[in-house]
Amino acid sequence: MVGLVDVISVGLFAAALRMATPIVYAALGGIFSERVGIINIGLEGTMLASAFAGVTASYYTGNPWLGVVVAVLVGGLIGLLHAILTVKFVGNQIVSGTGINIFAMGFTAYMSQIIWGSRGASEGVRGLGTWNIPFIADLPVVGPIIGSHSPLVYLMLVVTVLSYVVLFRTPLGLRIRAVGEHPTAAETAGIDVLRVKYLCVILSGMLAGLGGAFLSLGHLNLFTRGMTGGRGFIAMAAMIFGKWMPFGAFGASLLFGLADALQMRLQSLGLLPPQIILTIPYLLTVAVLAGVVGKARPPSDYKPYKRE
Amino acid sequence: MAPAVEMRSIVKTFPGVTANDGVDFSVEKGEIHGLLGENGAGKTVLMSILYGLYRPDAGEIYIDGERAEIESPAAAMSLGIGMVHQHFMLVPSLTVAENVVLGREPTRKGLIDEGEMLERVRASCAEFRLDVDIEAPVHTLSVGVQQRVEILKALHRGADILILDEPTAVLTPQEVEDLFMAIRAFTDQGKTVIFISHKLREVLSICDRITVLKRGKVVGTVEASETDMGELAEMMVGRRVVYSFEKAKVAPGEAMLTVEGLEALDDRGVPTLRGVDLEVRGSEILGLAGVEGNGQTELVEALMGLREAREGRVSLGSTDITGASPDERIRAGVSHIPEDRHKRGFIPDFSVTDNLILGSHREARFTRWGFVIDYEAAAGHAQALVEDYSIVTPGVGTHAGNLSGGNQQKVIVAREFDRNPRLVIAAQPTRGLDVGATEYVRKKLLDMRDGGSAVLLVSADLDEIWALSDRIAVIYEGRIVAVRDPAETDETELGLLMTGGRRG
Ligand SMILES: Nc1ncnc2c1ncn2[C@@H]1O[C@H](COP(=O)(O)OP(=O)(O)OP(=O)(O)O)[C@@H](O)[C@H]1O
Ligand SMILES: [Mg+2]
Repeated sequence: MVGLVDVISVGLFAAALRMATPIVYAALGGIFSERVGIINIGLEGTMLASAFAGVTASYYTGNPWLGVVVAVLVGGLIGLLHAILTVKFVGNQIVSGTGINIFAMGFTAYMSQIIWGSRGASEGVRGLGTWNIPFIADLPVVGPIIGSHSPLVYLMLVVTVLSYVVLFRTPLGLRIRAVGEHPTAAETAGIDVLRVKYLCVILSGMLAGLGGAFLSLGHLNLFTRGMTGGRGFIAMAAMIFGKWMPFGAFGASLLFGLADALQMRLQSLGLLPPQIILTIPYLLTVAVLAGVVGKARPPSDYKPYKRE
Repeated sequence: MAPAVEMRSIVKTFPGVTANDGVDFSVEKGEIHGLLGENGAGKTVLMSILYGLYRPDAGEIYIDGERAEIESPAAAMSLGIGMVHQHFMLVPSLTVAENVVLGREPTRKGLIDEGEMLERVRASCAEFRLDVDIEAPVHTLSVGVQQRVEILKALHRGADILILDEPTAVLTPQEVEDLFMAIRAFTDQGKTVIFISHKLREVLSICDRITVLKRGKVVGTVEASETDMGELAEMMVGRRVVYSFEKAKVAPGEAMLTVEGLEALDDRGVPTLRGVDLEVRGSEILGLAGVEGNGQTELVEALMGLREAREGRVSLGSTDITGASPDERIRAGVSHIPEDRHKRGFIPDFSVTDNLILGSHREARFTRWGFVIDYEAAAGHAQALVEDYSIVTPGVGTHAGNLSGGNQQKVIVAREFDRNPRLVIAAQPTRGLDVGATEYVRKKLLDMRDGGSAVLLVSADLDEIWALSDRIAVIYEGRIVAVRDPAETDETELGLLMTGGRRG
């Protein structure tokens, strides 16, 4: 049982924060989209496509930061596509999102085959590396947990706070919440409802794009097939569990991150068959959702909005 | 001088309906112009076109003599047009202040300047003498207060031309007086008001001129000083309308609804019903008078099982129904006309048929093999009700949300009255109904009573209470403070009782 105690270490919490990062990005993306009444079930595929785009850009230019920019742009474009389909053409949100997921899965594998000659994985590329935060990195306990991470982990913390500020402290946020909850009221108040919807769904894609960039450039430094591993869906669970609030989603993502980190640790101990250990984060997702189902009230009614 | 508003040959059609059929409508500057018409006549649609919510199929609009293309509410606002909507346009989870400033929020360094926002909204409250708790989330407010917020919102935006679509439907007489003062002060500044209401008395007292619409066409425009209620009603309906009823003398029966010591909390957890004792007998209409916000809403909800009773007993006949579910109550013979049809009793996304069988949908006559809905039977039933209650709709399959406000109310009334209830709980049953329909519903309420049903009538309209009640109960701060025989009381006494002036 010595092994189990070893598992609970500062290293575990550092890993939890790392594993939570892509989930937080995607969950924030989900929040912006759902806050205007558009379900973005395509977060998973968006992350995957962005992870791929980031690696590709870094592969050809050798500049991982350019990779991040490309990943965000691709995410935004996919968001735009989702917005056009669901806002403009009032298409079914789940169909559009699922389409994005299926397309991303197939397209990235196909392109990976063309570029690197393997459907399974890309070649290694230059990643973002880690930043050591002066002073903090040297602190006991705290230092090892938060002192040394990929820059995208730190950016995630900033983006979480920013999301909260935008949603609850700015005019745009007020309008976003109004549009989701009562689009006609927003319209009569002079707000361009469709524009706000577009903006938020695009933003949703961009945030998921950052999540994808973290996976491929901030974590592994390569692209592997299906590397998102359902994190887009877990992010939706985190969003619901966090009541569509940025800090709530952050907290929920940390929980899932912890489960992920724990799973990896336990695997290295070899106590249980890896197939069982691998299911931990997903089981947790199911448990959490089962716990909040019926109690979580979404901030909008997801009804398509049409002007006469 | 060019008219403030001129609409020429406006046409607007929806699938199956011509809502506006070549409407010419013109309003002078500084005028209070009444717009009248039956439910579904096209008043709201015409005003929605002026406010940029709908685009007309044909026709032109001139504002102060200038041709205007009003493509959105934002465009209307920049032309100085403001509108208070018949159906609230408020975001429930936001506070009053946030709703008022929405779209034009004061900022500092890019963030909403809370202090400035509250200050501005508070200033508007004072200026227009509208008293509301501006930091309360809108969903915690009663409909009356929400309406006040709507008015505050429009005035705060500094409109020169203010459209009021049935603003008084949910206001108490005192609130109406306050509103009228605000309107007069507003037009004294040379500003213009378009006023829609079904209350002819109000329209006559506040308006300078009145335009009557019927089935999407203008019947005529008259000077308020040169017409009367009879003429207006005739222009709208095309026949004379009765205002007073012959009430048959009916001996009241056994106690049907008995309420003892009922206590309940409101949405904020504040004790709002504080020991209500009440009895409504068969063949009796008990009118519940009171200033909005004294527990009427909560009482009705508690009686329908929509709000938990913390203390006390509610019985229907000799059965205790204190803990019964709404469904059990409906089956026990309770009908309910809710005060806010957007919250209860009506599903806009459902068809007219679906709404008309709601709650009765499990009855044998609407089902096949006991578990699937027999849509043929349901549609036939709906068709009969539509004709019976003269509901204006292109068909029973139409989305109920597309019906005019008054016709939505008729759908609810038709469904509830058709159940042959033992007890009818009618909260503001004629709110938003035109004169013809109001007359009809009131007659029906009397028929219910004559047929032996007990009727609890909750109404902010004292005239309605007077016209229908066999006994009048007054509610004040969550208690019944008096029960009176209409023959032995007068408006002064009721007014006093309603404001806590005297107990008896
Ligand atoms: N969005 C819509 N889609 C379809 N039909 C509509 C729509 N809005 C209004 N209508 C129809 O247009 C007609 C006119 O409706 P409108 O709301 O203008 O009536 P109104 O005069 O305001 O009546 P009320 O006094 O009941 O409010 C009605 O028959 C209504 O059913
Ligand atoms: Mg109307």
